[in-house]
Amino acid sequence: MEQDIAGTIMFDGVQAQKGYALNRMCFSFNSAANRAAFLADEDGYCRKFGLNTEQCAAVKSRDVLRMIETGGNVYYLAKLAGIFGLNVQDIGAQQTGTTVDEFKAKLAAAGR
Amino acid sequence: MARIIGGVATTHVPSIGKAIAEKKQNDPYWKPFFRGFDYVHYWLAREKPDVAVVFYNDHGLNFFLDKLPTFAVGAANEYRNEDEGWGIPVSRAIAGDPALSWHLINALVADEFDITMCQDMLVDHAVTIPMALMWPGEKWPVKIVPISINTVQHPLPSLARCLKLGRSIGRAIEAYPHDLRVMIVGTGGLSHQLDGKRAGFINKEFDRFCMDKLVGEPETLARYSIHDWVEEAGAQGVEFLNWMAMRGALTGNVSEVHRNYHIPISNTAAATVVLENHEIPQRRAA
Repeated sequence: MEQDIAGTIMFDGVQAQKGYALNRMCFSFNSAANRAAFLADEDGYCRKFGLNTEQCAAVKSRDVLRMIETGGNVYYLAKLAGIFGLNVQDIGAQQTGTTVDEFKAKLAAAGR
Repeated sequence: MARIIGGVATTHVPSIGKAIAEKKQNDPYWKPFFRGFDYVHYWLAREKPDVAVVFYNDHGLNFFLDKLPTFAVGAANEYRNEDEGWGIPVSRAIAGDPALSWHLINALVADEFDITMCQDMLVDHAVTIPMALMWPGEKWPVKIVPISINTVQHPLPSLARCLKLGRSIGRAIEAYPHDLRVMIVGTGGLSHQLDGKRAGFINKEFDRFCMDKLVGEPETLARYSIHDWVEEAGAQGVEFLNWMAMRGALTGNVSEVHRNYHIPISNTAAATVVLENHEIPQRRAA
């Protein structure tokens, strides 16, 4: 799949292979017990799922763009973001380098 | 014989589930979206469907990337929801109609759609939120046949393929020898993008174009490639595949009887449409 749409990484076979461990960890967060286990020992939990160094660092720094570059899929990453009480507007603001209020204002402006 | 009465398409953003749980339907932020369901409630009360065939996409509740079907048809007695990890309340279960499911499965495979069959299938917010929006009461008066379309991991099925999938389902329902009133549901969309530096992308003009073409010229929409659809509608705007399948299943004379469009709900351009399907008289006589 061509990756030529600005600001967009298509989640294709290349990305899906790269991000398998990261997405598998995020998939585990459907369970409350696993969310608690992650919070109790983030690094240990990431290691258990076999995340690479870059992915571990991205999770540690809550850097969503880095997680996506290293193969994360946003539907799975949203489960991780939820652990920190972040919704898709919070992560939208982070990815676009704006405040949450600015991000929300941009969305509202799209309707006018 | 079974009759296809029409279709409802609606956005399924998870935060709608929270808004329902917190009874925020009349808050200024939510009201323009929820009031778009007044007509849907009236229409459903009048049309009294028995079964809903629901085209949706799973967001990592039932399916993971280890085994991800392009098309999966539910064939269970009951469909449960579970914790999806992002803090929306777990929904009640929904009754299935396995006899209709197997009829559709047989017809689809005979029609060369190599689908995955699921006798056990969790359904996520993309099914449960539209159910709660359409029937806000204590009981859901329909059984469902959920059909999951991959909108997560590329390559996705094309818009043209999803239109054909819907048409195949429509023909199969018409041939079902039981007096059932069947409605078709397509969930998700419209334009939105959650990921990357382009997060927050919304395209009002394109959404209007899609809704305008959906009834009379679905083939125009079916000519778009997935790549171009991502460009026009955003990375998650590809959920429109569910709308295409819904439209395909309406095999008679189709008309739009309701449309509501509101920006934004969460990161999404929210849309709700009701399409009626009327049998083409000559066809049945022939």
